[in-house]
Amino acid sequence: MLRVVLSRTFPRISGISNCQYSAAAIPVPSAQPEVHYNKLFINNEWQDAVSKRSFPTINPATGEVICQVAEADKADVDKAVKAAREAFRFGSPWRRMDASDRGLLLSRLADAIERDTAYLAELETLDNGKPYAVSYSVDVPMVVKCLRYCAGWADKWEGKTIPIDGDFFCYTRHEPIGVCGQIIPWNFPLLMQAWKLGPALATGNTVVMKVAEQTPLTALYVASLIKEVGFPPGVVNILPGMGPSAGSAIASHMDVDKVAFTGSTEVGHLIQQASGSSNLKKVTLELGGKSPNIIMSDANMAEAVEQSHFALFFNQGQCCCAGSRTYVQDTIYDEFMERSVERAKSRVVGDPFNMKTEQGPQVDEEQFKKILGYISSGKREGAKLMCGGGVAADRGYFIQPTIFGDVQDGMTIAREEIFGPVMQILKFKTLEEVVERANDTKYGLAAAVFTKDIDKAHYISSGIRAGTVWINCYNVFGAQAPFGGYKYSGNGRELGEYGLDNYTEVKTVTIKVPQKNS
Amino acid sequence: CSFRDIALMSLAFSLVRFLLTPSVLLLCLSVIWGDQIFIDNEWHESCSGRKMPVHNPATGDLLCEVEEADTEDVDKAVQSARAAFQLGSPWRCMDASDRGLLLNRLADLVERDRLRLATLEALDSGKIFLMAYFVDLMATVKTLRYYGGWADKIQGKTIPVDGEYFTYTRHEPIGVCGQIIPWNFPVMMFAWKIAPALCCGNTVIIKPAEQTPLTALHMACLIKEAGFPPGVVNVLPGYGPTAGSAIAHHMDIDKIAFTGSTAVGKLIQKAAGDSNLKRVTLELGGKNPNIVFADCDLEYAVEQAHSGLFFNQGQCCLAGSRVFVEDSIYEEFVCRSAEKARNKVLGNPLVPGVDQGPQIDQKQFDKILELIESGKKEGATLECGGGPWNRNSLFIQPTVFSNVTDDMRIAREEIFGPVQQIMRFRSVNEVIQRANATHYGLAAGVFTNDIDKALTVSSALQAGMVWVNCYNAMSTQCPFGGFKMSGNGRELGEYALQEYTEVKAVTIKISQKNS
Repeated sequence: MLRVVLSRTFPRISGISNCQYSAAAIPVPSAQPEVHYNKLFINNEWQDAVSKRSFPTINPATGEVICQVAEADKADVDKAVKAAREAFRFGSPWRRMDASDRGLLLSRLADAIERDTAYLAELETLDNGKPYAVSYSVDVPMVVKCLRYCAGWADKWEGKTIPIDGDFFCYTRHEPIGVCGQIIPWNFPLLMQAWKLGPALATGNTVVMKVAEQTPLTALYVASLIKEVGFPPGVVNILPGMGPSAGSAIASHMDVDKVAFTGSTEVGHLIQQASGSSNLKKVTLELGGKSPNIIMSDANMAEAVEQSHFALFFNQGQCCCAGSRTYVQDTIYDEFMERSVERAKSRVVGDPFNMKTEQGPQVDEEQFKKILGYISSGKREGAKLMCGGGVAADRGYFIQPTIFGDVQDGMTIAREEIFGPVMQILKFKTLEEVVERANDTKYGLAAAVFTKDIDKAHYISSGIRAGTVWINCYNVFGAQAPFGGYKYSGNGRELGEYGLDNYTEVKTVTIKVPQKNS
Repeated sequence: CSFRDIALMSLAFSLVRFLLTPSVLLLCLSVIWGDQIFIDNEWHESCSGRKMPVHNPATGDLLCEVEEADTEDVDKAVQSARAAFQLGSPWRCMDASDRGLLLNRLADLVERDRLRLATLEALDSGKIFLMAYFVDLMATVKTLRYYGGWADKIQGKTIPVDGEYFTYTRHEPIGVCGQIIPWNFPVMMFAWKIAPALCCGNTVIIKPAEQTPLTALHMACLIKEAGFPPGVVNVLPGYGPTAGSAIAHHMDIDKIAFTGSTAVGKLIQKAAGDSNLKRVTLELGGKNPNIVFADCDLEYAVEQAHSGLFFNQGQCCLAGSRVFVEDSIYEEFVCRSAEKARNKVLGNPLVPGVDQGPQIDQKQFDKILELIESGKKEGATLECGGGPWNRNSLFIQPTVFSNVTDDMRIAREEIFGPVQQIMRFRSVNEVIQRANATHYGLAAGVFTNDIDKALTVSSALQAGMVWVNCYNAMSTQCPFGGFKMSGNGRELGEYALQEYTEVKAVTIKISQKNS
């Protein structure tokens, strides 16, 4: 995404958007940003956990503790739901607010985040390990754009009047669902927060959000901005905590009307089950992927190599949409492999606060070990290790950019989500074959095809069972375009106009009239 | 109009007191930021060398002289707007979200200059300062922000056509848009016109009314400051028969949007037919029925009907100028309405407590008085007012006529002044038929507590807007426009976007289609 953003920035006339940056404009970061907030944010107030417990959040580049953070549990979730329910009460300031004013609040939140871009990017890099240049020029600007986009929808989410049969007048109201539980992951902490809050607030819901225990810090700072810009108390509540305690309490809560979860498919199953065994809350899920990236022999080689590299290695490989099955047509396989290995070897791994760094550490020890385990399985099952394959530093959770060749569809590394800097390159011969193989997975999040042939592009983009298909590009996200998965990759769509549906109840109002006329 | 916030009102009163000290007034006059023609983000003198005077209608004083655009200046502006619209230009290549951001920035700047713009508007158009500050400027900011939000939400479709094809639509801007706006809400009309046009990616040549060019020229400054590329918006003060006609007839203008009289609307439509079949949208006159049933809240209905007519010195295309009142409450309604009108305070629009300023110019003034005379002559009962106020000025007494019949001129022609006509009706069917017996169809009001009456009448009325138990309740999210000879097309809301887009269907042959 970094490359996409940067390359699209330069031809721009200057001064249009504050959220467009060139590499030269990135300010020198502080590697030790001060942490201002480490408590629970409920009803626009900072609170300790009811249990008084806290947990450490760790800098993955060093393994050192950054600070302790209050740990929400079921009792805190109950408090937060109460606050959110009160804020959603019929007649409350939030419910009575003009839709355009909800939009204005979201716009102001975007302005405040834009103002604090440098600090938020520092905090994100400290807590998550992603390179500062990326936090600053990709994550935060995309947050700002997402919130501005959703702000615009607030007063444009229109119901309809409907010509029903008989002497009736019928219209629909798009009403907010109510109290929304939102559980977000650690790979894009700020961005996932914005993706969740933007549509929920634009449509008038209230939110109880659990942020990932690995990366709670930026979400809490954004909570302070939510208060600063003037959201009424209880509209947004932010709870750092663990999945099995706080997360589970949200998913099972009898007074939460909707839950939105982004994370692993495994936990997605639990969320759906919890809804079924509690109050049938609405569920949307954005889960894992094993996304195919298909390179046809007529593709622009240099571009395909670079984009495929970016598709997998971006964000330390910690993307649900990572292009982790790179299918290359046999006639260009060797050249593609050679160039990809060369590119991976040149990838700069190291201190995320260094501007030259392309790849920081994995988020925590658990992920680090899991990825190394997958690399071992790849070797064991007979894939050809072309580069990398090991640890990249003596402290922190760094892993070498790794490429496997001669990967077969049945291997574990070709079937399971690795969520790390490990690229699988597979060989194919025909169009029909590659579509079938690409679809032979339980996942269906994203896919890409590189070709100059318009027919092939259409054939593959129609044939692949995935929520997002990129043609001659990868990881191109816009707040305007919907994102979500087929099959086990999830349920519902985020972003775009489609994202609003998932936060709306439609109410049909029908009025008897004495006489209907067209 | 609807401003509800008493606290804000009192704040504005104190602002006005501050404003009225002579030195501050002078300061306001000295900050007229633009008095030239704005083309390609630069200020130009008119090609003809001509200027036109701009007056304060409350005093008759000359405020300043402004460069007067004519055909040659329109040609220059069209060239600039065309260049800005060229394929590959910065404006065409810009992300839609950045177009939205520019509109939002413009809104921020209008908010910053709100006091200045409201003062300028009150001086130039004679409207009550507080109204300018609360109603006009608020609506301007909201309109700009609203369309800022639309910019990246104007979505085409992919369409399941028959056969082995893939079809999608692109919603493309139309191109160079000519926009001609009136003097009754100068800055608000400016926003209504440019905001949807720009959010869809068009370029604009806008002619403000010759009576009220000053806020439009100030907006031009802000457009440049916000960062719109050169040529995207061009502002040309000038007269209708010269500059306006040149825009309407221009062979290289792709669309024209006009707000003004029905008579001129016809000329615009003809000019499009005579020249290049440019797309035409028109917001024209009205003779709007406001229907009051006996079961309504009487005091509230009287007040709404009063403001529905007298707002902005009666200079509203929306003015509820035919008030149909049900028989059983007729006398009481007339009596209370006349009392309300008599209590209106006329005077300097900058002074707090003044309800009504001057009419815009001598021509309008004379026309209104002539219609009042016709009302007297044709036998309507004059309940109050009926003549000029304060000799040698453009003020007209708030006037109420009762016992008005449908055939009188004051019941058929748009007066565009502070003259209220009150008619009597007996049945629902009768009032529907009479309300619709006009070539206009802009707006209408219904006051009743009966849900059946409200739904029946609102369905039956031939008008673009129907208000139930309210009047002039407008918002940027809600479409605005007329049936019949009140116009063509809709402004505001999502509906306005289609007036500024061309839909292109792209169909691609593919080797095999699948669902």
